[in-house]
Amino acid sequence: MGESLAENVVYRNVYEFAIGAFGSDLAWLAYAIATFSLVFLFVNVLMLLATFYTWAERRLLGRFTNRLGPNRAGPFGLLQALADAVKLLTKEDIVPRNADRWVFNIAPIVMLASVLMAMGVVPLGKNTFLADLNIGLLYLVAVSGLGSIAVLMAGYASANKFSTFGAMRAAAVLISYEIPLVMSLLAITILSGSMSLIDVVEAQSIPFLLVTPMGALIFLTAMSAELNRSPFDITEGESEIVAGYLTEYSGMKFGTFMLAEFAALIVSGAVFAVLFLQGWKWAFLPSHVWMLLKVGFFALLATWVRSTLPRLRPDQILSFAWKFLFPLSLINVLALSVQRLVFADDHGNLQQSDLWIMALSNWILTLFVIPILIRLTNRSSKISTERTIELQLGKGV
Amino acid sequence: MYGTGMLKAFGVTLQNFLRKPATIQYPEERLPQHPRFRGQEFTWYEERCTGCASCAKYCPLGIIKIVTDPSGGNDQDGGTYKIEQFDIDQARCMYCGICVEACPYDALHMGTRFEAATFRRQDLLITIDDLRTRPKHPSAWFRPQLAREGFDPFTEIADWREVGRETYFWHPKRPEMVPEDLEQKASSDGEYKINEGNN
Repeated sequence: MGESLAENVVYRNVYEFAIGAFGSDLAWLAYAIATFSLVFLFVNVLMLLATFYTWAERRLLGRFTNRLGPNRAGPFGLLQALADAVKLLTKEDIVPRNADRWVFNIAPIVMLASVLMAMGVVPLGKNTFLADLNIGLLYLVAVSGLGSIAVLMAGYASANKFSTFGAMRAAAVLISYEIPLVMSLLAITILSGSMSLIDVVEAQSIPFLLVTPMGALIFLTAMSAELNRSPFDITEGESEIVAGYLTEYSGMKFGTFMLAEFAALIVSGAVFAVLFLQGWKWAFLPSHVWMLLKVGFFALLATWVRSTLPRLRPDQILSFAWKFLFPLSLINVLALSVQRLVFADDHGNLQQSDLWIMALSNWILTLFVIPILIRLTNRSSKISTERTIELQLGKGV
Repeated sequence: MYGTGMLKAFGVTLQNFLRKPATIQYPEERLPQHPRFRGQEFTWYEERCTGCASCAKYCPLGIIKIVTDPSGGNDQDGGTYKIEQFDIDQARCMYCGICVEACPYDALHMGTRFEAATFRRQDLLITIDDLRTRPKHPSAWFRPQLAREGFDPFTEIADWREVGRETYFWHPKRPEMVPEDLEQKASSDGEYKINEGNN
């Protein structure tokens, strides 16, 4: 796998050009320049996609709510992101007097860094990736955990009770939803037999969305919670805690947070495409275009969810994570483990026909398991709500 | 069961997504206003006004100021005054239209415009010169005779002879402006017809 980076057109051309310019004595310099150009390309593609998505999400949200969305700045309002950036840059940069200045200033950078680091292992097309880690999925989980640290840093350093509340809520949600997320990644690992994202794509002779629908559902839900998006966006509940951990931020620091949030959505869309939609693989079109289309599909899905579902209460969010998603992910992992034991050959490989059979059995299992779990969750959450009301208001209310 | 309502909600938003947006791109496209719209830019007909200042008396906010001069008046024709000043402070007007209701001679009408935004507050003051020179687009509010005629105040301009409830030669002022043929017709018929031959 390590050699496939050399097949990348950008990398190879820059490398050969640099070798020609410096001579083979300075091969390390050529390597550094070629790698840097690829990293530069990746980061800029991500930032461009994120700014484009700020516009696209507002347009789509407008259409979902029967409006037009921003359409004044430039053709179709395409320059709206630029206008927003100019506005943010001209705002006064305020640091509260009691704030922990160092932590306060570094929190948005940590937030953005976690997203950019996650991009390192995600392939954006055939032979287009920065690193093929053999623990890629683990790395993704670790790096996305850095984002919750950034949120906690921002909340703590702002010296504002609303910021602290928002950060605490964010931490509660992030930690609770990390577990189902990791379990769904575990299911992918069981299916593909590897943690490298390149291997995951190549193991998908049919999309894993078909093989493990439960896993895809868990991943989408947990990802939407990890990204602090509706219906799990309690960290920014305007009616309760102002803007959560963003309350004291202004200007480009706020902008960096927002950019990181949108970039995180693009990255998680890419991860979803890689894990469940065969990554760059399909027919007729170039691999990068397919990847972009799949990320766009994820973004459309995320916008649709955001326009539809209202914000949940914190206790509802946590009980959903622990009482519904966690058992579901356990069942998912169990089912896939058993299926792998049954179907895998001596080398631990799964044939395409085996995957189809697994897909069929998993869909049937999903149709049975989800209604049962919903019913159980419904009952237990009803009971707990009644208890809470009794505790707070006394019996017989 | 949990979840079914959620799926329905997804259907609703999808329907909205596929529907044409309801947005009106305001400066470029406008919705037609009702002819009885109580808008800015009052329409005033000096020919009809006797200077009785009913509008000023009935204004709940007291923002109409009328200064009249009895010396220049026409006592022979029912006691009209020469109007020297007629100011409406539009900045404080709430467009209730009571001044228009109070006008006994249909001299004051609501306007039909709504885009009189200015940078300075004093620019919103309507003086008598403004009232004289501005194009006459009287709203049909409290003027059923205009609505009956199918008059469209947004495009058409109404002359002072067209806007009254009565035939105009009842009017105490300017009897000399009544065309002679109509006067003869009216006297020969012995009765008045509303808004007939007023071109």
